[in-house]
Amino acid sequence: MKEIYLDNASTTKVDEKVLKAMLPYFSEKYGNPSSPHLKGEEARRAVEESREIIAKSISARQKEIIFTGSGTESNSFALKGLFFANYPEKSHIVTTKIEHDCILNACKWLEKQGAKVTYLDVDSEGFVNPKDVEKAITEKTFLVSVIHGNNEIGTIQDLKEIGKICRSKGVLFHTDACQSFTKTSLDVKKQNLDLVTLNAHKIHGPKGVGALYIREGIRITPLLHGGSQEFKLRSSTENVPAIVGFAKAVKISRARDSVKMQKLRDYFIKGLMEIPNIRLNGATGNKRICNNINISFRNIEGEAIGSFLSVKGVFASTGSACSSKSLEPSHVLLALGMSPLEANSSIRLSISKYTTKDEIDYALKEIKNTVERLRKISPLAS
Amino acid sequence: MTLDYSREVMKNFMNPKNMGEIKNPDGIGKVGNPSCGDVMWVYIKVGKKGGKEVIKDVRFKTFGCAAAIATSSMITQLAKGKTLREAEKITNKDVAKSLKGLPPIKMHCSNLASDTLKKAIEDYENKKLKKNKGKK
Repeated sequence: MKEIYLDNASTTKVDEKVLKAMLPYFSEKYGNPSSPHLKGEEARRAVEESREIIAKSISARQKEIIFTGSGTESNSFALKGLFFANYPEKSHIVTTKIEHDCILNACKWLEKQGAKVTYLDVDSEGFVNPKDVEKAITEKTFLVSVIHGNNEIGTIQDLKEIGKICRSKGVLFHTDACQSFTKTSLDVKKQNLDLVTLNAHKIHGPKGVGALYIREGIRITPLLHGGSQEFKLRSSTENVPAIVGFAKAVKISRARDSVKMQKLRDYFIKGLMEIPNIRLNGATGNKRICNNINISFRNIEGEAIGSFLSVKGVFASTGSACSSKSLEPSHVLLALGMSPLEANSSIRLSISKYTTKDEIDYALKEIKNTVERLRKISPLAS
Repeated sequence: MTLDYSREVMKNFMNPKNMGEIKNPDGIGKVGNPSCGDVMWVYIKVGKKGGKEVIKDVRFKTFGCAAAIATSSMITQLAKGKTLREAEKITNKDVAKSLKGLPPIKMHCSNLASDTLKKAIEDYENKKLKKNKGKK
């Protein structure tokens, strides 16, 4: 059976070049970077070279990049680490209603520890108004955290403008850039960023490794204590093969891949728009991540669409309540002002540099067929 | 996304039995609310067999996840040919069992199927009651 993988916002295939770069670090160059001998030095050098590559890619300095175990860990570290470094003098965080669950759930947990959190609304395409950020900042605010490219709807925020406001108010600015990294410009200097979350497995690198950019001079409390690795900020023996793979994935990423993906994305959207009674959720053009599509199909349910497509070999994701562990529709789609019914009728299709036009044509045919079948079953469509 | 559905669930989801409407049905059951989950409609046609009222035909329409569609398909198969009294006794557990199980988080979906069938039978009996009153 054909397998058309359209869930690259969840995770991606590891690039062959990445895998090849990683392999020696399992059974040949397996040293501990903290060891004071040649085997250790070999691993240490690999970690530092990787750090340099990732730092350069966002105009940061080498010592400003901390390797972590995931995007979730980087986000948790940023929020909790800064809270513990600033509390009780400062206790207020400004974030948005469309953050990834790991930011929202970390905020909810911090509220129990004494933090105050403002969750900003977004407009119908998912944009945060920088003026709302400005208005929300108080004397007690220590952090603004806004996702760069949204994981569900692909909307890309104006980081530069928000960052400028944060600088002028003397508040730290963090962004979760897991989805946007390497797909749209990310520059910590130009965009006024203080902390940035990155990870590898969304960009054809391995799972289990992330990074946090922390601008030099920022006070932050570590989550993990131990052997003082990662400039004493993240104790743990470094996951050397994954770090090497992460850097390789960054090194081989090309702007032309994003251009190609965006063209294919728009071709895909055009094809989908031939289906009656659907809507595209999120922004369009350059303000949408080049690989993201999110569509609501009126009167049919997203989990059913996804399950049907899965049998046909087309792998997608949904914002439907029926597929979530919480049985709640996507908080991101609700924040756009969509009804629970519309949110439950959505699917997300996310392509990669490997996606071909033929695959999209096949997926379009299967999606059209699926929607037609399920609408025949639905009492709402009649 | 297929959530560890059994083969029986997937079979009923991909190729549901008795899907559609009945023109001039004897009873209709409608359950659910689209804004908070699944919606199921069941149509029945009642006939007589050995002096007892039986479900001669039953069809469904469902808005919902794969499990909701599969349970709808299954209840129509379980109910067809049964007397009204027998059909009323079909439970959500019976439906889940006939589908060789449902993921725990999906057990609420099969509640819908037996509830909707019961509503359709109730609707038939209410109509009959009205008709009989009219005759008197």
